[in-house]
Amino acid sequence: MAASTYREAVRSALREEMERDPDVILLGESITGYGGSYAVTRGLVEEFGSHRVMETPIAEAGIVGFAVGAAMGGLRPVAELMTVNFALLALDQIVNSAAKFHYMFGGQWSVPMVVRTVSGFGQLGATHSQSFEGWFASVPGLKVVMPATPADAKGLLLSAIRDPDPVIFIEHSLLYSTRGPMPDDPAALVPIGRARVARAGTDVTVVAYSRMLLQALQAAEALEREDGCQCEVIDLRTLRPVDYPTVAASVRRTHRVVLCGEDWRSGGFGAALLAELQDLCFDDLDAPIARVAMRDVPLPYARNLEQALLPSSEQVVETVRSLL
Amino acid sequence: MTPAALPAEPAQLLEMYRSMVQIRTFEDTVQKLYEKALVHGSTHLCQGQEAVAVGWAAALTPDDYTSYTYRGHGHALARGMSPEAAFAEILGRSTGVNRGKGGSMHLTDARLGLMGCFAIVGSGLPVAVGLGRGAQLRRETRVSVTFFGDGASNIGAFHESLNLAAIWKAPVIFVCENNLYGEYSRINLTTTVDDIAVRATAYAMPSQIVDGNDVQAVYQAAQTVVERARTGGGPTLVECKTYRQRGHSRSDAGAYRPPEEVTSWLARDPLIITRRQLLDSGSVTSADIAAVDDSVATAIANAAAAAEQAPWPDLAEITRDVHA
Repeated sequence: MAASTYREAVRSALREEMERDPDVILLGESITGYGGSYAVTRGLVEEFGSHRVMETPIAEAGIVGFAVGAAMGGLRPVAELMTVNFALLALDQIVNSAAKFHYMFGGQWSVPMVVRTVSGFGQLGATHSQSFEGWFASVPGLKVVMPATPADAKGLLLSAIRDPDPVIFIEHSLLYSTRGPMPDDPAALVPIGRARVARAGTDVTVVAYSRMLLQALQAAEALEREDGCQCEVIDLRTLRPVDYPTVAASVRRTHRVVLCGEDWRSGGFGAALLAELQDLCFDDLDAPIARVAMRDVPLPYARNLEQALLPSSEQVVETVRSLL
Repeated sequence: MTPAALPAEPAQLLEMYRSMVQIRTFEDTVQKLYEKALVHGSTHLCQGQEAVAVGWAAALTPDDYTSYTYRGHGHALARGMSPEAAFAEILGRSTGVNRGKGGSMHLTDARLGLMGCFAIVGSGLPVAVGLGRGAQLRRETRVSVTFFGDGASNIGAFHESLNLAAIWKAPVIFVCENNLYGEYSRINLTTTVDDIAVRATAYAMPSQIVDGNDVQAVYQAAQTVVERARTGGGPTLVECKTYRQRGHSRSDAGAYRPPEEVTSWLARDPLIITRRQLLDSGSVTSADIAAVDDSVATAIANAAAAAEQAPWPDLAEITRDVHA
């Protein structure tokens, strides 16, 4: 089985879709010479030319609005926003345009586009270290995807580009250099809206996505080793629509659940997930639904302060233990 | 060399007059429906700005893309939208152009190249650039014309969009309908330039100022600018000087406007100007004009009556078309 980094997986999905479909275009800030955010698109302009790999000014509303129009006109644009923090400048286009046009215009238009952007941190300070997946996941009309592994990064991006709806595809800066196995069939799609049981277990369900999947799997190993506790770890993969059947089926077996995310505790994605799971699983629960999330403060710069705040495998371990 | 644009011949001008009267009568009828408590929500009427809508529509083909603002009824009708379907949409009925799910601010008709009315100020501009540049990339000959108010020229999306269209020489025409008021504020309170057109200079883009109350002037300017965009000459900013005869929205009497300003602009009502042009041509009589007025009045009254009888949307519409 071949292996790939997360960065190479994203790049190969972009390359293969551009080879397969001449209507796929890329656009974003510094995506040509420099190779874009975290150098994901490096080399693609040489392969496909500047009419399909389009360098844009620093203009997030313009970039996403452009993609909406291009998608309405028949193209399949993949717009890159350097980080999810900068996506705030494009929120109007994402929420009021991309997510609305199919419904509000009575089904006359569809908006098949992808916004690729990046979550993460690393002493970047308060404005560059945020996680907004919960905001996007609250908007009907959008699909929201956060892959944790190279195989999913590729397979989900292939699906996102072919999807008829706007997809917010959030990568993670700390995952780009991770390596993982790739499927034997390089063109295999990973369907949007389907979670994956990343580790089977019987005692506690741990729900995670993106980088927190790695933390959850580490925690599960430690809990098995130190406590003899068998965690079932679910990689959510898609945050809208959530694969509730897979999560609920697991909770019906384990009767305990911990939800893991990097966004803020109040109003974050985990809060919405918790509310829905309580409705679905209340009678199956032997303990309150527990969460691992970012504390409700802006992320400080200093290394020790940042480290103290970042959701970690240790926090997952402690939270699982609190339920046992 | 762009061929010289010709004014409309009397027969065509009479049709343009018919279209303008249709818009005026439609808007007056919407106001009456509101007063009868049949129209709820918000409506923004365009009495006084009919010549802009009709002059531009006459210079376009059905393949061209157009996009508008929440003050878009007139443009939609000028592009050929059925008045009955437009009334039905404003009344929230199942026979509306968007099946009752868009409302007054969001009229759209894919078959007419009417890509949408955008109710967020400035939001339509980047979308229009995506449509225009997208057509260019797909080697289509369509142009994309986007209409907006003077107020939108102060929002970031305006500047991002002009810059994007300029760097890609996209076939996009930015039409500013300068009606002197952004919502409830006169333009001189919010803008330091008298002519919005001068802002094109910052993007090395050609611009033009047109008498927006003279349909012949609008039509001639539009032909020239459309031809330039269609033949690879890139984008243009056109400022149509006009006047909003009513308030911002239907509940606003516009009492903040100086009476002498209103009086002077009412004397330059686009319908008065066009009637004079028709009579001066020597081939149209007062009786011809009266016949147009009468037939439009009957058609609009019938359309409104039919729309009032149309059924409400089925409740199944609630979940229809959230996704494509």
